[in-house]
Amino acid sequence: MEEEMHTDAKIRAEIGTGCSPRGPGCSLRHFACEQNLLSRPDGSASFLQGVAEKSRERLIRNTCEAVILGTLHPRTSITVVLQVVSDAGSLLACCLNAACMALVDAGVPMRALFCGVTCALDSDGTLVLDPTSKQEKEARAVLTFALDSVERKLLMSSTKGLYSDSELQQCLAAAQAASQHVFRFYRESLQRRYSKS
Amino acid sequence: MKETPLSNCERRFLLRAIEEKKRLDGRQTYDYRNIRISFGTDYGCCMVELGKTRVLGQVSCELVSPKLNRATEGILFFNLELSQMAAPAFEPGRQSDLLVKLNRLLERCLRNSKCIDTESLCVVAGEKVWQIRVDLHLLNHDGNIIDAASIAAIVALCHFRRPDVSVQGDEITLYTPEERDPVPLSIHHMPICVSFAFFQQGTYLLVDPNEREERVMDGLLVIAMNKHREICTIQSSGGIMLLKDQVLRCSKIAGVKVAEITELILKALENDQKVRKEGGKFGFAESIANQRITAFKMEKAPIDTSDVEEKAEEIIAEAEPPSEVVSTPVLWTPGTAQIGEGVENSWGDLEDSEKEDDEGGGDEAIILDSIKMDTGVEVSDIGSQDAPIILSDSEEEEMIILEPDKNPKKIRTQTTSAKQEKAPSKKPVKRRKKKRAAN
Repeated sequence: MEEEMHTDAKIRAEIGTGCSPRGPGCSLRHFACEQNLLSRPDGSASFLQGVAEKSRERLIRNTCEAVILGTLHPRTSITVVLQVVSDAGSLLACCLNAACMALVDAGVPMRALFCGVTCALDSDGTLVLDPTSKQEKEARAVLTFALDSVERKLLMSSTKGLYSDSELQQCLAAAQAASQHVFRFYRESLQRRYSKS
Repeated sequence: MKETPLSNCERRFLLRAIEEKKRLDGRQTYDYRNIRISFGTDYGCCMVELGKTRVLGQVSCELVSPKLNRATEGILFFNLELSQMAAPAFEPGRQSDLLVKLNRLLERCLRNSKCIDTESLCVVAGEKVWQIRVDLHLLNHDGNIIDAASIAAIVALCHFRRPDVSVQGDEITLYTPEERDPVPLSIHHMPICVSFAFFQQGTYLLVDPNEREERVMDGLLVIAMNKHREICTIQSSGGIMLLKDQVLRCSKIAGVKVAEITELILKALENDQKVRKEGGKFGFAESIANQRITAFKMEKAPIDTSDVEEKAEEIIAEAEPPSEVVSTPVLWTPGTAQIGEGVENSWGDLEDSEKEDDEGGGDEAIILDSIKMDTGVEVSDIGSQDAPIILSDSEEEEMIILEPDKNPKKIRTQTTSAKQEKAPSKKPVKRRKKKRAAN
């Protein structure tokens, strides 16, 4: 006997206007989320590209596995289907955020929330948080971290490119600062959802 | 996952209600649900909501060589996918019948009606033509997929802009969107499908059935029409027998509905065009309604990273230096090298446990080191047989050493602890870092 839960998450990783050039570092782009927007599933997300993106699926899966209390639902399959609506940079981080929101919306018990943050290091060592696709392409290294909400610990990291030890620690510290912001966004959007007024 | 079957009382209730000309959501017989069209930031990306049914459409283009028997025509490719999130019953392997039927209908409606001018997609006859690819994804299934999909397809095609191309003699120049404004496709007309569901052997008729109504219907009639009242495709399925005047009546209704929907589409396209021209904000992010309680937005937010450098330096100072990693490769033969020594091979143990007794002490199997990405593998020194050997796990196996003093027999058991997985998940990260530092 098997039960299945489906979790939905649509990812909107877009900016409305063209991106204005930002100074080095540090601002997160505008983001928006909508919960419970599909009537059929409890929550799901699917990928447009398919086979080539198995590694991304695996990363997201491992992050979710670390956080979900699987022992409360034995013999249950939890399916997370992610659909990429459009890609404007920081795709993996956006997928992680969407997956977390969808799991919350579906009511799956978790031991912590998680969020994804992407940093890009360009050729002169400047750190850019939440890069656009153009910035990602021109960067020397792109690092994506999944951080948990309880102690801002690292759940998953996926990096591409060349960087030094100290740069890694810097990016990690910056990601931790940014994750505070993302968690505040989660909290406020959930408060709004469940508020009585 | 199997679809939950419809209960008999639900079925009876729906049919009785239809006999009394009542629908569950309060619509009239010929009413459509609310249609909402929104566009993404890229040209050619749109989302159509027909009530709760949602379809995402995306158009892309590519320069390819044409088909041999149609050297001067571009290629059109349509693909509808029923995402797994649309309904629990849609699993990647399992929905072939419905999928094939929908895809065929969509192709007949859009390709055979020649709504897109394929001759205009030709760049160099016989060598280079545009291949236009329309991908539709069903995100939520609340009935009437075909209508929503046909609207999404035609809207996406009307919205799409392909890069400009110029041919000078033998040279083809493809301009990027920054150099020259992209060019819209040339579309002759907009065919839109309208579905009619029949109940009680054709006695009762409903337009735009939702998911419950689709489950109890006897048959479905789909008419694809454009606003000039030309029928592009007509299909009747389910084995119902319809009278001639019923079909004619349906086509008249379809004409009215298509006119309304076409107007809606044109208005949406115009609005989007206006917003883009004025430089306002566009894209899906903007179309999330502000007033909805389930939606929330946050503006661009600066992050204070001034103390990042100090924090990082602290961490590095506190952290111990990376331990010595064996990094001298041993070259066995040209093309085969070994870095480090592998984990003890436990595969042969179950059969070769007798052999192990003979061999005695040394049981270091030299295996090529494979870096496990998913699981951390912690190897403690196998030299001393007294200490229990901890090999931490992948999800499937856990080694339990029963007789630590002798050569151990290893048994594999299923592990169900989720906590153990969290710890190893950090290990591969650190290992990767160590190797980089050593290099």
